[in-house]
Amino acid sequence: MKPAPFEYLAPTTIGEAITALQEFDGEAKLLAGGQSLMPMLNMRLARPGLVVDLGRVQDLDYIRESDGHLAIGAMTTKRTLERSPLVQNRQPLLHAATVSIGHPQIRNRGTIGGSMAQADPAAEYPATAVALEATLRVIGPTGDRIVPAEDFFVTYLTTALEPGEVLTEVTVPMFEAKTGWGFSEISRRHGDFAMAGAAVTLSLDAAGCCAEPRIALFGVGPTPVRPRGAEDAVRGEQPSDLLCQNAGRQVSEEIDEPLSDVHASADYRRNLAGVMARQALSDAMARATAGRGGRA
Amino acid sequence: MTQMRPIRLTVNGVAYEAPVEPRTTLADFLRADLELTGTHLGCEHGVCGICTVLVDGQAVRSCLMLAVQADGANLMTVEGLAGPDGKLHPIQQAFVEEHGLQCGFCTPGFLIAIYELLENNPSPSEAEILDVLGGQICRCTGYQSILRAVHSAAAKLGAVRSGTAQESA
Repeated sequence: MKPAPFEYLAPTTIGEAITALQEFDGEAKLLAGGQSLMPMLNMRLARPGLVVDLGRVQDLDYIRESDGHLAIGAMTTKRTLERSPLVQNRQPLLHAATVSIGHPQIRNRGTIGGSMAQADPAAEYPATAVALEATLRVIGPTGDRIVPAEDFFVTYLTTALEPGEVLTEVTVPMFEAKTGWGFSEISRRHGDFAMAGAAVTLSLDAAGCCAEPRIALFGVGPTPVRPRGAEDAVRGEQPSDLLCQNAGRQVSEEIDEPLSDVHASADYRRNLAGVMARQALSDAMARATAGRGGRA
Repeated sequence: MTQMRPIRLTVNGVAYEAPVEPRTTLADFLRADLELTGTHLGCEHGVCGICTVLVDGQAVRSCLMLAVQADGANLMTVEGLAGPDGKLHPIQQAFVEEHGLQCGFCTPGFLIAIYELLENNPSPSEAEILDVLGGQICRCTGYQSILRAVHSAAAKLGAVRSGTAQESA
């Protein structure tokens, strides 16, 4: 349970980090909060030639408000996000996802950028980013690019990041009072990775019908999954318990074969995904209704 | 063998300077290099919480941090809790009184995690306490006695703050 030897670099600028990544040509790993990489190093599941510690890079730890969005530096810890009034008030879905991750002792070190780059399909942040249609800013040797969350997560533990690139910022929309949201997950113990979960956002149009419903599931596929059929079933409909039930059933039917493991069989996960989506949709509709002055 | 790197850090008020190999975890550095063996190691992959120490005021898993990352940091381990005269910290005293430990192996991590909780939040709710205790594994007590110890410790520290503390029996 000791890491294999590696070279270590703690750059103070992104440029130095990118140069080091290029020099080691695929043999380097970026270290953010270490709550996923360190276990992999300890168990020698990862044996990089070089560890590039982003902990001393200037200006990657911030939450900035701009133009209706929150721009969040990749090295911002979950504890900082959890305690931020801006996140609590204006991006409550991200807040709900944050406090569902691990425990305070983990959130003290774990970062938003680290979770996104790790891309564990059972993790809360990637699905939340997909539900929020977040964008991720990536800097590489030839400059920077903006990647939509849905394109960022490629497959299990694999992102659109090229070997020489660094994720530097996650941008999410700020909610208005009328935005409805829901977050549901189920795990054997609080703080564990979810067996299945759902993050939902929607709003209500002038007629009180569901508009722009977005459902992102986690724990049921190699990446966060958007069940478009269930979204279609909700769009344009009046909020109701029956609608949520039907949409949940649609989720269970339309997702591909989920993972089967010691925690849950594929059939059980399929069922859970529908239940989690139903609950999150119900919460989102209640919040959207309350937000436009109606009865929740 | 990768190159040794010198690091400087403060642990329990004592300044240390030592060379470390980059792959050395903070937990191993504390135990093997500084011989501060009060910090215990359980799972070594961040699940059990037994190796929890305070780094710049935050409770973290010392098995999930490299010693080189602690360069310049201010740490507290379980050895830093009791007074110089050996008088137990109120959290330790509460553990004794409420039987918050049995074999004691996990206790250093619990004490530090609870220390951080009560430093930031002197009167935590039950849910807030459980959120922290959920990150620490104990296989003896069943947790209820630890939960009682946290409530008792919060009351003791509150009394210390308000100047009404009494010598514990």
